[in-house]
Amino acid sequence: MHADPAGVLTGTHFLDGDHACCEGALAAGARFSSGYPITPSTEVVERFAARVPTIGGTFIQMEDELAASITLQGAVWGGAKAFTVTSGPGFSLMMEHIGYAAMTETPCVFVDVQRGGPSTGLPTLPAQQDMMQVRWGSHGDYEIIALCPNSPQECFDLTITAFNYSEKYRCPVFVMMDEVVGHMTEKVVIPVPEEIEIEPRRYTTLPPDEFLAYKPGADLVPDMPRVGEGYNVHVTGLTHDERGYPDMRPEVQDVLVRRLVDKIKNNVDKITLFEADQIEGADVVVVSYGITSRVAQKAIDMARQKGIKVGKFRLITAWPFPEKQIAEIASKVKGIVVAEMNLGQMVREVERAAAGKAVVRLVGHAGGSVHKPEDILKAIMEVAR
Amino acid sequence: MSEATVTIHNPVEDFLRMDRIPHIWCPGCGIGTSVNSFAHALTDANIDRKNLAIVSGIGCTGRVAGYVNLDSFHTTHGRAIPFATGLKLANPKLNVVVYSGDGDLFAIGGNHLIHAARRNIDLKVVCINNLVFAMTGGQTAPTTPGAVITSTNPYGTYDPSFNLPYLVEAAGAVYVARWTAFHVKQLARSMEEMFAKKGFSFIEVLSPCPTLYQRRNKMGDGLDTMKFYKQVSKVRNGAPTSEVALTKSGEIVVGKFVDRERGERGDYGNLMHDSLADALGEDYVETEACSCQ
Amino acid sequence: MAKVQGSVQIVVERCKACGFCVEFCPTHVLALSSAFNAKGYHTPYMAHPEKCSGCDLCGMYCPDFAIFGFKPEADKKAQAEPVQQAKEASAVPLLVSTEVKEEQDAR
Repeated sequence: MHADPAGVLTGTHFLDGDHACCEGALAAGARFSSGYPITPSTEVVERFAARVPTIGGTFIQMEDELAASITLQGAVWGGAKAFTVTSGPGFSLMMEHIGYAAMTETPCVFVDVQRGGPSTGLPTLPAQQDMMQVRWGSHGDYEIIALCPNSPQECFDLTITAFNYSEKYRCPVFVMMDEVVGHMTEKVVIPVPEEIEIEPRRYTTLPPDEFLAYKPGADLVPDMPRVGEGYNVHVTGLTHDERGYPDMRPEVQDVLVRRLVDKIKNNVDKITLFEADQIEGADVVVVSYGITSRVAQKAIDMARQKGIKVGKFRLITAWPFPEKQIAEIASKVKGIVVAEMNLGQMVREVERAAAGKAVVRLVGHAGGSVHKPEDILKAIMEVAR
Repeated sequence: MSEATVTIHNPVEDFLRMDRIPHIWCPGCGIGTSVNSFAHALTDANIDRKNLAIVSGIGCTGRVAGYVNLDSFHTTHGRAIPFATGLKLANPKLNVVVYSGDGDLFAIGGNHLIHAARRNIDLKVVCINNLVFAMTGGQTAPTTPGAVITSTNPYGTYDPSFNLPYLVEAAGAVYVARWTAFHVKQLARSMEEMFAKKGFSFIEVLSPCPTLYQRRNKMGDGLDTMKFYKQVSKVRNGAPTSEVALTKSGEIVVGKFVDRERGERGDYGNLMHDSLADALGEDYVETEACSCQ
Repeated sequence: MAKVQGSVQIVVERCKACGFCVEFCPTHVLALSSAFNAKGYHTPYMAHPEKCSGCDLCGMYCPDFAIFGFKPEADKKAQAEPVQQAKEASAVPLLVSTEVKEEQDAR
């Protein structure tokens, strides 16, 4: 399905990541947002608040992130594509409702423009310290999808991808930006609506008396009912059967929770996005994501100039983690350098996937500034030796 | 009299998910009684049930959503109101009812309640007040009167408690009433009025919690409490809400306390649309609903 | 002139003997019987059926949807219609039947 032209600001723009993200949401068909201000994410919803009354839709600034993170889910069930944006402290407040979205299979998008933490931390400075939290932050077993843009253009493109994934897999999808990507201004090309593919909501075609709200299709994902049309849906965060009715038996829990996990895991090949360059024959591969990947590119170029055979693997989909690709890389290289703005988060996944087949070396720091290429270069050279 | 097997259709069953009955509520609990009033109100008000959605939080009263045969949403603790806000704003033609308990709406959910009332979001809130957090075993709630025993105040409560109608009126509700589970007909009538009202509307319904609150305080069973309600309730329609606070065994003032309009523009949906239309003129695109394909 | 005669229908297996219907019936039609249901609750019965007007106040009070009052004269249509059977839930024991008996106090 093509994008609704009303939300597509076709043209070549000079936008920062936050603004581009908002345009991506509008192009994807988002017509509802409930937000709460938090630096460095606020501009996304400020732009949405300004744009959506001329397109058709609603923005409401809620009283806190606890409300924002569930108001959007009410709007989703009311029929809208909806999202919210936040940063670290707000993200922490949203955790319960992320779990609710996962459990009720509510398609929605959360944007986290990461900043230094923990706690209030560094409100105006970048970090990549929420990468594990996005995966594990809510209680219980569930899977999510997280995408990491490294430019304002990608903020636009990947926000659309996020909405598409959320509708297809009926799960919360996360756009993990960081303060630098969010506040850097670059060229953003927004194509014509016919060139933007949108995943429609998978509304059921069955009539109410035949429809079971949580009976999955072959892809392990159930179709959605329309509210207000006599389906009498029941949506609950309690463990539920195919009717959506609470059922506390362990066997029902097993079937349901396994399906919530498997519907993502089984489709990992369709969800995994990455950028790989010169992996073949490399001695060292640098794994990075977000703004760090732009610095890593510089370090890789510098290393190649020194004659080191360096490959690049940029995570675009951070979750589900591209285990297969990393495992394969680990079996062929001397070492993997992981550069991230934290004291070691995605590096743990790399280590896990590498399973000891290659040295894994973290170039990390506690946040607040973008990496220096020299620091990554140093690690590349040490690993290559 | 001869033994005869007769099966007559009970109209209330049309409103229930009969494949989930019997429900989990205790003998003598007033929640089921309030659901009868709700069913009667829906019938008498001629509400199109397809267009009515019910949202509840967590707790004994929160389970109402699971037993009524409507589009129903059992959300997280304290957050029924913001969920309902999103549902209503995205789909304004829906009549959205929030049916939840005193702990859910006024402890963890208190902030959301006052903001929704402040904004005058068009929600119909039914709050079953059994004076404790019942589902989790009878802990002190913001509505528990002083000097009673709960599971977290085993030597007696000393927390001051909220006067719910007063709080909700001050926050901005346009319709405020209180009844008890004894007042089944008046409650149904209030609910009917509430369905027709635009804006943030609130009905407090006092209910026994025989298993926890009443038992720990040796107040008898559900029936004793219902008789107590009958005995000490005084109907004072229009009473100032500042004067209707509850005490442990004092008078219970019931009635319709507030039925007003707020400003010319009315509920939040209208406020939003009018304001944006004024500001943007022709450029404003008003949506009937924020629906996607 | 004959009063409109009412009657009640009781789904005995749903009753939890809370006593609301007995207490709040305006004409004191009901009493708890000495018979009991599968859960051991003494369910109500019409001790004074002639006093019943079918007002359904008992039904409004019942927290368990176990009783309801009706006017058979006015409700002939309801009598003729078959009762909807509860839908079968997957592998979960369901609601008991909606059979009702006009019970006598077993003396």
